Amino acid sequence: MTTLKIEELRSKIEGKEILKGVTLEIHGGEIHAIMGPNGTGKSTLASALMGHPKYEVTGGKVTLDNEDLLEMEVDERAQAGLFLAMQYPSEIAGVTNSDFLRSAINARREEGDEISLIRFIREMESKMKGLEMNPEFAHRYLNEGFSGGEKKRNEILQMILLEPKFVILDEVDSGLDIDALRIVANGVNEMRSPDRGFLIITHYQRLLNYITPDFVHVMMQGRIVKSGGPELAHRLEAEGYDWVKEELGITDETVREV
Amino acid sequence: MDIQARVSMNVDDLRAWSSAKDEPRWLIERRVHALELAGTLELPKVEKIKLEKWDIYESGDYKAENAWSGLEDAPEVVRGLVASPVKGGLIVQFNSDVVYTKLSESLAVQGVILTDLHTAAKEHEELVKRYLFQAVKPEEHSLSAAHSALWSGGVFLYVPDGVEVEAPIQAIFLNDTSGVRFAPHILIVAGSNSKISYVDHCISSRDDIKVLHNGVVEVFVGVGSKVQVASVHQLATATTDFTQRRAVVLADGGVEWIVGEMNNGYTASDTKTLLQGNGSISDAKVIAIGSGDQKLSCTTQAQHFGRSSVSQMITRAVMREEATAIINGITKIEKGATHCDGQQTERVLMLSPKARGDANPILLIDEDDVTAGHAASVGQVNAEQIYYLMSRGISRSEAEYLVIFGFLAPVISEIPLEGVRSHLQDVVEKKLGRS
Ligand SMILES: Nc1ncnc2c1ncn2[C@@H]1O[C@H](COP(=O)(O)OP(=O)(O)OP(=O)(O)O)[C@@H](O)[C@H]1O
Ligand SMILES: [Mg+2]
Repeated sequence: MTTLKIEELRSKIEGKEILKGVTLEIHGGEIHAIMGPNGTGKSTLASALMGHPKYEVTGGKVTLDNEDLLEMEVDERAQAGLFLAMQYPSEIAGVTNSDFLRSAINARREEGDEISLIRFIREMESKMKGLEMNPEFAHRYLNEGFSGGEKKRNEILQMILLEPKFVILDEVDSGLDIDALRIVANGVNEMRSPDRGFLIITHYQRLLNYITPDFVHVMMQGRIVKSGGPELAHRLEAEGYDWVKEELGITDETVREV
Repeated sequence: MDIQARVSMNVDDLRAWSSAKDEPRWLIERRVHALELAGTLELPKVEKIKLEKWDIYESGDYKAENAWSGLEDAPEVVRGLVASPVKGGLIVQFNSDVVYTKLSESLAVQGVILTDLHTAAKEHEELVKRYLFQAVKPEEHSLSAAHSALWSGGVFLYVPDGVEVEAPIQAIFLNDTSGVRFAPHILIVAGSNSKISYVDHCISSRDDIKVLHNGVVEVFVGVGSKVQVASVHQLATATTDFTQRRAVVLADGGVEWIVGEMNNGYTASDTKTLLQGNGSISDAKVIAIGSGDQKLSCTTQAQHFGRSSVSQMITRAVMREEATAIINGITKIEKGATHCDGQQTERVLMLSPKARGDANPILLIDEDDVTAGHAASVGQVNAEQIYYLMSRGISRSEAEYLVIFGFLAPVISEIPLEGVRSHLQDVVEKKLGRS
């Protein structure tokens, strides 16, 4: 069974420690949601797991199916089955979406066993249809000039085509209109399987109405400070974070220099 | 220091050679006049480049070639570039001579002319006499003069008024011998309300071939006409390329330049449009890749005389290893050229810490009622983009290649002939050190 195991992960950016010991274990079939106020380290966790070059890991351990993730290059992590739908996907002019997707699919295949053009187009088009994306997005340059919501849909399209073992969604619901939220959530739900784990970073219950999480965690000050079931997200939605802070004696929830 | 171009012929030899080519008297006299100038004028001034230190002094010896009866015996490189059957027209220059010319019957019937320039000077004397050297003048500097005196082979492409040609006319200039004269002159004349697309390829057969390519392209765009000129240069490391391209565009006419500077050797090119008529348009797209210890100077220019004329210039250069690029863009708007718009962008992507790049956007504006803009940047491959691509499982080298190719795509995708476009892609891969 797929397991992502994060132990006491610490990470720095530009000399500033953001993650201060995150511990979390996620198994195949489970959906974990991470919530938390702005600037508390949620995206940093996602970036550190994916291997963003700006985020220096200063401590802790992460394994994906017992393989040391932190030792791997970014592309090796992806090849090992990790996928991150980014909060702010890059725009790359001159590279069409379909050329990019095909390169990404072929990167997972042996030389000589590349996906045929026809099969690729058929698959891409059918998945795009499922996400109600205009076929023209295949020929547009990667994310260039895409609206916020279009970028998010494109992230989900990549997730579906690449069939990762472990998925991190960083605010995939931000910028989505009501219909798109449902469509994207359906896309995610269709990917749910006993051997695929999810870590969903979100601010709102509305996404979790569609995708019911098994566990909900609250992040503050670069740590997971509270965990619970789906009811925790409901309470946060209704009452905000003050009660959590009070309960834990936190006055400033953001990441602070100590 | 002697900074004139050295020419390998004296006046008597030149007269004899030109006569042997059966050139008309006026042309012989123009050559002789230019030869004298070559001995007195100075080298051109090229921004931040010490041209006098380049191998640009030897014009090379004329090397006669026998005409080819067909393309069956043409070298592999030529056959690989040519779409068969030839749809519009094809002309091939091998070293100093044009060896093959073919123009489709339907175009010939409409009055389209495609020949080498010597033949054109005889058979279409009035036209050639009227336009030759009117855009790029021998008086400009010693290399221009040397070219005007010694050019050989070359292309004359003429499209009569009102004729629109869809299939591109292709030209190939192939050099396989060191020390020979390789100085084609391309003269394109498009009558009023006509349309033509011309694609050429300048290529050395081996990387150790040492010549000077001193080439000139003159384009005359008639009233209301559209001319597209695409050119890929892929000359040897030991070869120096000095190329001047210039278009004169009359009212409501438009020229589109698509240029790929893929040489392995020192290269200086200047691609300029004179927007003479009201409502004239110029669009120039240039890509360049530098590798090894190459030095590259790519200049694009637009000079606006006509009212409401519009120019756009885009240059993108990728510099590897220890290559140096000086990218200049000059937009000049003359007094009286009201309601003009001139835009330019120069971007240089540096792939190695030893590569050098310099982008110089220049706006010279003598009229108030205009819009003009420029953007220039010199930078490395964006690390965020590489991270994004790698996060999808794409290797670092593949990711870099995608980003670089994407950077060059706006020009590559505009090349009108499929064969030349895919060849350019291969050349780009090779220049980037892949495959
Ligand atoms: N490149 C950077 N340079 C400096 N500080 C950074 C950088 N990236 C992130 N940080 C800081 O790290 C902290 C955590 O940022 P992070 O993006 O992880 O927050 P988040 O929890 O995802 O917030 P949000 O909910 O707003 O997306 C913030 O204070 C942020 O300003
Ligand atoms: Mg975030």
